[in-house]
Amino acid sequence: MSDPLFPDGTCTQQHAVKNRYQTEIFNMAETHSLQDMRQQAAVAAKVFVQRDYTSGTMCQFQTKFPSELETKIDKQQFEETIRTLNNLYAEAEKLGSQSFIEGCLACLTAYTVFLCMETHYEKVLKKIAKYIQEQNDKIYAPRGLLLTDPIERGLRVIEITIYEDRSFTR
Amino acid sequence: MKNCEYQQIDPRALSVSPLSAQNPAETKAQRPRRKWEAFPGKNRFFCDGRLILARQNGVLPLTLGLIVVTSGLFFAFDCPFLVEHLTVCIPVIGGLLFLFVVASLLRTSFTDPGILPRATAEEAADIERQIDTSGSSTYRPPPRTKEILINQQVVKLKYCFTCKMFRPPRTSHCSLCDNCVERFDHHCPWVGNCVGKRNYRYFYSFIISLSFLTSFIFGCVVTHITLRTQAGKSIVLAIQESPASVVELVICFFSIWSILGLSGFHTYLVASNLTTNEDIKGSWSSKRGAEESGNPYSYSNILTNCCVTLCGPMPPSLIDRRGFLAPDEGIPVASASEIELPPFTPKSEANMCTQSTKDVLERMLRSSDFHGLCPSGTPKTSPLVPEVPGAPPAAKPPVSSGCSRQLAHGAVVDPCPPFSKSIRRDSLHSINPAFRLASPSPTLSRSVLVVGDGPDVGFPPQH
Repeated sequence: MSDPLFPDGTCTQQHAVKNRYQTEIFNMAETHSLQDMRQQAAVAAKVFVQRDYTSGTMCQFQTKFPSELETKIDKQQFEETIRTLNNLYAEAEKLGSQSFIEGCLACLTAYTVFLCMETHYEKVLKKIAKYIQEQNDKIYAPRGLLLTDPIERGLRVIEITIYEDRSFTR
Repeated sequence: MKNCEYQQIDPRALSVSPLSAQNPAETKAQRPRRKWEAFPGKNRFFCDGRLILARQNGVLPLTLGLIVVTSGLFFAFDCPFLVEHLTVCIPVIGGLLFLFVVASLLRTSFTDPGILPRATAEEAADIERQIDTSGSSTYRPPPRTKEILINQQVVKLKYCFTCKMFRPPRTSHCSLCDNCVERFDHHCPWVGNCVGKRNYRYFYSFIISLSFLTSFIFGCVVTHITLRTQAGKSIVLAIQESPASVVELVICFFSIWSILGLSGFHTYLVASNLTTNEDIKGSWSSKRGAEESGNPYSYSNILTNCCVTLCGPMPPSLIDRRGFLAPDEGIPVASASEIELPPFTPKSEANMCTQSTKDVLERMLRSSDFHGLCPSGTPKTSPLVPEVPGAPPAAKPPVSSGCSRQLAHGAVVDPCPPFSKSIRRDSLHSINPAFRLASPSPTLSRSVLVVGDGPDVGFPPQH
């Protein structure tokens, strides 16, 4: 019988391709299963970690441990996450020679250099996004929590969503 | 092709394959909207969200026009004579300065000044809860302030009722644009935008380069007329031979006073790490003598202050203009009560560049309402408006005040093609797709929660 998608292929070829496709879809299903579970889980609460302005307008977040997370996650781990994020943001906003050179170069080229170059801040923001994703996958998702990248909230808060603990009972 | 059916797998169940055109049918039926179309502030967007401008941008074409006309007259009438009698460097230097001025001006006008997106409903609710329970904040509803310590100095953070959040330090709400802007300096009608954290350096380079340009043109024109007079002619005859020079002289003469003054003022601000807003309000006025010890943001070193303000790292745009709204999502950052999408027809109309710039020109011609313009009344030459709502206009904007006064110009009509590349890059900078791709799940879960049911929702297209 001929597969409508592969009218000209041989039987084995069709099956091989189909198997590959099935595997691929299954893998995608696995990666998306986390999101599926979150879609099915209900949000119990949202906790907001506010900004810490004691050292000025630099982007730093408060390391105070929110009381709603006491039963969910270890305090040390949480503080570690926040501290790493703070360090990353400090690195992004650091006034080093690199940013100075970048600024001067931009000025000299009438700011056209940003057509071909990414700013230092953006490079670090990518790093931050990756770190948050990794933290979510490894630490927070298994506990029914989800960190939202602060850039999606205008760098005002770190939003932590607490999911109801029903699909995560293992 | 669309009807291919697998025996074992139905691709529609996962709708990740390109063949599942049927499932997100509603998404494809209506064009996915970008976030700028639902932006709650009073801004205009051009080139599909790449360029941002204040709604009241009436004077920008005037500024641009004045610059271009004056420079044009200079190149056309004065340069030939000066090249002949002096050196060919003159038009070269003039040309470079002119290009730099225009680039800085357009960059200032069309860059997001550091707008803070409004708080989401959950954030606002959380803040309200904290205000009610905390003992240190004022308990009575208005005014809501929060006191924090910055560098051992007490700073009051005010609550913004429009954006539903406590404003970060140095942030101010611009009533003309209806946005909170970080490190808000002032709303400049001459550039048609707020000047804030992200575009202050462009603004500063604009006024500095404009000072140089006007001084340069002024000097060259004076030299030109002098040279003509020296050849034995009377000054009247010299002027008659080159009438454009008089026009340039007049424009430059009046410009120089205001522009140089403004440059000097902003150089002082940069050196002491102040904003116009703070300076006008006297937030850190020297109660303790001559040192700028009132300002908790100032480093003790002038050079460091300059570097921080002008050469610091370029912060990203916090409003995601070109991201897509999820099909069932209204405003991504809603004011507390509304989740539905209010009709923002002016913005969809303003999608076309030429259409919107025509609007701009018409508005400029029609409006004599400079209520955003230049109140005098401050001892310094700071002719620009702080975000005082409905600030009464100066009697009329006198020619000698204001950042710059240059006439309208036709090249504004089609700004997109020459700048599309820079703008594309700007959009890539402002809204980095990597952010959305790196953490797709929060967006998904968030959008799904708004809808209310989980399963069977296909993955909305990320881009």
